[in-house]
Amino acid sequence: MSTFVTLLVIGLSEGAILALAALGFVLIYKATGVINFAQGEFLLIGAYTFYTVFVVLQMPVVVSLLVGVLVAVIVGVVVERFILRPMVGQSHISIIMVTIGLAGLLGAVVQMFFGTQPRSMPPVLPTESVSILGGSVPANRLWAIVVCGVVLGLLTWFFQKSRHGVAMRAVADDQQAAMTVGISVRRVFAMSWALAAVSALVAGVLLADITTVEMNIVNFGLLVFPVVIMGGLDSVPGTIVGGLTIGLLTQFVSGYMDPGLAEVIPYIVLVLVLLVRPYGVFGEKRIERV
Amino acid sequence: MRTRAYRHPLNGSSMPPGRPLLRVSDLTLRFGGVTALAEVGMSVDSGRIHAIIGPNGAGKSSLLNCISGLYRPTGGEVVLHTDSGQERRLTSLPPNRVARLGVARSFQNIELFEHLTVLENMMLGRHIHMRQNVLSAMLWLGPARRQEITHREVVEEVIDLLKLQAYRQKPVGTLAYGIQKRVELGRALAMQPALLLLDEPMAGMNAEEKEDMARYILDVHELAGVSIVLIEHDMNVVMDISDRVTVLDFGRVIGDGTPAEVMENPRVVEAYLGAGAAS
Repeated sequence: MSTFVTLLVIGLSEGAILALAALGFVLIYKATGVINFAQGEFLLIGAYTFYTVFVVLQMPVVVSLLVGVLVAVIVGVVVERFILRPMVGQSHISIIMVTIGLAGLLGAVVQMFFGTQPRSMPPVLPTESVSILGGSVPANRLWAIVVCGVVLGLLTWFFQKSRHGVAMRAVADDQQAAMTVGISVRRVFAMSWALAAVSALVAGVLLADITTVEMNIVNFGLLVFPVVIMGGLDSVPGTIVGGLTIGLLTQFVSGYMDPGLAEVIPYIVLVLVLLVRPYGVFGEKRIERV
Repeated sequence: MRTRAYRHPLNGSSMPPGRPLLRVSDLTLRFGGVTALAEVGMSVDSGRIHAIIGPNGAGKSSLLNCISGLYRPTGGEVVLHTDSGQERRLTSLPPNRVARLGVARSFQNIELFEHLTVLENMMLGRHIHMRQNVLSAMLWLGPARRQEITHREVVEEVIDLLKLQAYRQKPVGTLAYGIQKRVELGRALAMQPALLLLDEPMAGMNAEEKEDMARYILDVHELAGVSIVLIEHDMNVVMDISDRVTVLDFGRVIGDGTPAEVMENPRVVEAYLGAGAAS
C-alpha cells in the first residue's frame, strides 16, 4: 500500500508536469497547425533561464519566475516571427524539419553556455517528507501537482472562455473568417507560441526543482509525443488525461516491474495507440474538437 | 428611413443616407495572365442596398474580396469614408484592419466557425469592439464583465432581428444550410458594420428560403439602417430589393444605375441574354 501511494503521487506529479508541457504543444498545433518538435527544448530554456536568474544572479524566486516568463514570451514570439512565419504555406514536412532544426539549435545554445554537467539548485518547493495513507512522499511532489493543476486550469479557462482564447479557437477553425471579423491571425499565432513557451517554462522549472537542472530535461520533453498522440493532438482535456496516464504508467511499471521497461513503455503506448486508434484514445468521445 | 428603437444601433455609420460611403476607382486585379477585374469603378452611397450582378466569372466575388482586403489588387484603389470624415484607403490594409473600420462581410460558401456555437460565432463578431486588456479579462474584473454584458446585448438584438433564438447554443456545423447563412449574416451584423458586404446570401436556396432571406436583408436595411453591398444572381430578387445596381461582365463594368435603368441597358441585356437579344 505504501509503495502504491508513493508511486501514485510521483506518477501524478510527473504526469501533471507532462500535461503542462504537452498543452503548449497542443496550443501551437491547434492554432497554427505546426507540429513543434522543439517543445522539449522550450522546457530546457525555461529551466536554465530560471536557474541563471535564481542561482547565478541570486535573485528571489518571484523575480526569477517573472524574468523566466518574460524570456519565454520573447523566445516564443521571436521563434514564431522569424522562423515559422517565413514557412507559411510550405509543406508539413518542411515545417517539421524546421522545428527539428530549431530544437537542435536551442539545445546547442543551452549547452554552449552551461555545458552538460547537471547543475544543482537550492530547492524552491519544500522537500520534507509527508506521510499519506501509510506512504511517505516528498512534499515538493504534492506541490508540483497543485501548481500544475492551477496553471492547467487557468490555461484551459483562458482557451475556452476569454476573448483571446476564443479568437485562438476561431483561427484554428477558419482563418479566413477570423480575419474578416477583425482578428489578427499573426497576433494569435504569436500568442500561441508565447503561451506554449510559458507553459513549458513552468513545466521545466518544476521538473528542475524536483530533479536537477540538466540536459536530460529534453528527454522528458520527448514524452510529450506519446501524451498528445494519446490525447488526440488537439484536445485540451485529452492532453491532461494523456499526461496523467503516461506519468502514472511510467511510475507503476518502474516500481512494480522494471525501471528499464518504464523508459520505453510510453513509446510502446504511442505505437499501440497509433495502431489501434490513430485519432487518439479521446478522438471519438470528443464531440467538440476545437 | 424607419429605424427600430434598439438600445444598440446595429448600423455602425452615422453618415446621413445618400452620402458617398465607398468609392472604387480604376480597380484592376490580375492573376498571372488572367484579368479578373479591369479598371472597375463604382460608388456606394450610405443607407442604400447596392447590388452587384453579372454572369458567372464576371469578377463579382473578386471585387468583394478586394474591398474586404482578402485580395490585393494590381492597381486602383478602394476608399471608405469614415464617420469622422476621413477617407481610408482599404486597398493597402490587411483584412482584419478593414474589418476594424466597420466593413463586415459574408461569403458565398459559408465561412463560419463550425465547431463553435451560434452564440460564440456571433460574439466573435464583437471582437473588433472588445478592449485589448488581457489581464482584466483574465481576472474577470468589473469592466471586463460589464463589457461582456453589453456585447451580449448587441448579439441578442441581432438574434432577435434574425429570429435565431432557437439555435443559440447549437454548434454551427450541425445546423441546416439556410440557418447557417442567416448566422453568417448575423455574425457580420454583430460587428455593427458601417458597410455590410454580402456574397450571394441566397445561393443554393429554394424560392421560399430566398424570400425569407430577402425579408431578413430588408429588415437589416430598413430596421437597422445598415448600408449593404450585395452580390446576387436572381434578377427578380435584385430588382425587388436593391436601390442601385452595378453590372460586371468579364471584369468590366458594363452598366450602373437604378434597377430600371440597368434593365433597359442594351449591353446588360446582351451580356445576360446573348448578342441579338437586345434588338
